[in-house]
Amino acid sequence: MFIQPEEILETIQMVNQQHLDIRTVTMGISLRGCSHPNIETFNRNIYERILRCAEKLVSTTEQVERLYGIPVINKRISVTPIALVAESCHADDYCSVAETLDRAAQEVGVDFIGGFSALVQKGTTEGDGNLIRSIPGALAATRKVCASVNVATTGAGINMDAVALMGQVIKQTAELTADRQGIGCAKLVVFANAPEDNPFMAGAFHGVGEPDLVINVGVSGPGVVNAAVRSLVNPDLGDIAECIKKTAFKITRMGEMVGKEVARRLAAQFGVLDLSLAPTPAVGDSVAAILEAMGLDSCGTHGTTAALALLNDAVKKGGAMASSSVGGLSGAFIPVSEDQGMIRAVQRGSLSLDKLEAMTCVCSVGLDMIAVPGETSPATLSAIIADEMAIGMINKKTTAVRIIPVPGSRVGDMVEFGGLLGTAPVMAVHNFGSDGFIARGGRIPAPIQSLVN
Amino acid sequence: MLSSRFVVTVIGLDKVGIVAEVSRVMAEHQVNIVDISQTIMSDLFTMIMLAEVSAQAFDLATFQEAMSTVGKKLGVEINVQHEDAFRFMHRI
Repeated sequence: MFIQPEEILETIQMVNQQHLDIRTVTMGISLRGCSHPNIETFNRNIYERILRCAEKLVSTTEQVERLYGIPVINKRISVTPIALVAESCHADDYCSVAETLDRAAQEVGVDFIGGFSALVQKGTTEGDGNLIRSIPGALAATRKVCASVNVATTGAGINMDAVALMGQVIKQTAELTADRQGIGCAKLVVFANAPEDNPFMAGAFHGVGEPDLVINVGVSGPGVVNAAVRSLVNPDLGDIAECIKKTAFKITRMGEMVGKEVARRLAAQFGVLDLSLAPTPAVGDSVAAILEAMGLDSCGTHGTTAALALLNDAVKKGGAMASSSVGGLSGAFIPVSEDQGMIRAVQRGSLSLDKLEAMTCVCSVGLDMIAVPGETSPATLSAIIADEMAIGMINKKTTAVRIIPVPGSRVGDMVEFGGLLGTAPVMAVHNFGSDGFIARGGRIPAPIQSLVN
Repeated sequence: MLSSRFVVTVIGLDKVGIVAEVSRVMAEHQVNIVDISQTIMSDLFTMIMLAEVSAQAFDLATFQEAMSTVGKKLGVEINVQHEDAFRFMHRI
């Protein structure tokens, strides 16, 4: 036999018992040809374009899923940031655009559509402003649309006016979806150094340097890494890094194979493979569990940042060796509500918002799916964002904030979002205000690129 | 172009007639067995077959459905996956 039985069973076990999956096949669609001064014509243009491009996305992905026996959990679409393509419309409210995206997503059968986005790291144009002001209404009126705003880059610094505005936008979004515990905020990300080819939601958009049509794939497998690390007998940390690297290599190969085949069948370009350890609410499919397998009593205690740094780096090394198309975010995600181990750690009192912030210095993304009390002020939300943006800007990496000030909630409450979004424990924020700092506005200048200590 | 070879894995408690029944269904779908190995792993009967398909009219979904049905009847789990799923993961 060309492959050993043990190897075949290893693959089957990864899928059946350790939750290995292709988290998402995301089709990136350029909407640059759709602009029109009349917003109704514009909406019609984007609806028709999305339907034309993504008509067969779901059925084709399902065929490939069947061929290889690897589950693909989500099919998604990302589009050119709407602020760019809607700017020429004679309209100052883009909610109808979001509703059009939602209808198109519904029609082609995808799970999410991302790209209700603006890039404002250095300043805000009229279209950017219209889009950002439309976010709360758009996320309240739609189910599948995801929004993101990039407010900082290493090259441009941090647009603190936009940071201040996003605190208010998040607050309004939560209030408009108060009947669903502020779920609108689970579909809204504030970024520093946003990648243009990320297939993961809620932050996916189709960047301006991308081709007409592209297939990006997000692969996940915290459960597989967790099982591999736990099967080692008395390893030192070098052995653990080696084991994670090898496991990441195998998972990445699988993802690339699926992505290339889907792209070939849809006559689209294959873009990137994003190997990110994205936890799910399933037992064992947890990043916190991997950190605890390394010997920490509970995620969030002293040593967590070091363990996460090892994990994140080993994942990247394995992924980079396995594919020449690694891109997007590629690393470990630490979304609190989606990870049983993280939820438990918060409930035990070992994991705080401050420790999560420290962890984001060494892993992919940032403060993700964090519920805070409903009374948290817009200025405090903005200040949390500003801290996270500073980490991304200085360390030349992507960071993001996806935070939900759950209306009417208090610290310690549990908030159920359902599905992949999971269950969030409401976490404490500092009681001291940051209003004066946020009210100053302006821009934090881009950081110096030498004298790096 | 993709090859037309599939790996069929049968995992479950051993009993009389598994090989006969599984290969009968494969023959019905004009699926040829190129290689076969069986062993007991972690107390479970494990049969792995490399199967080749040449018929133009072969429909993977129908075949997977038929294999899954016979698997249920025999009380074993049967997976049918394209060989590349394993080749990509374990070979460079």
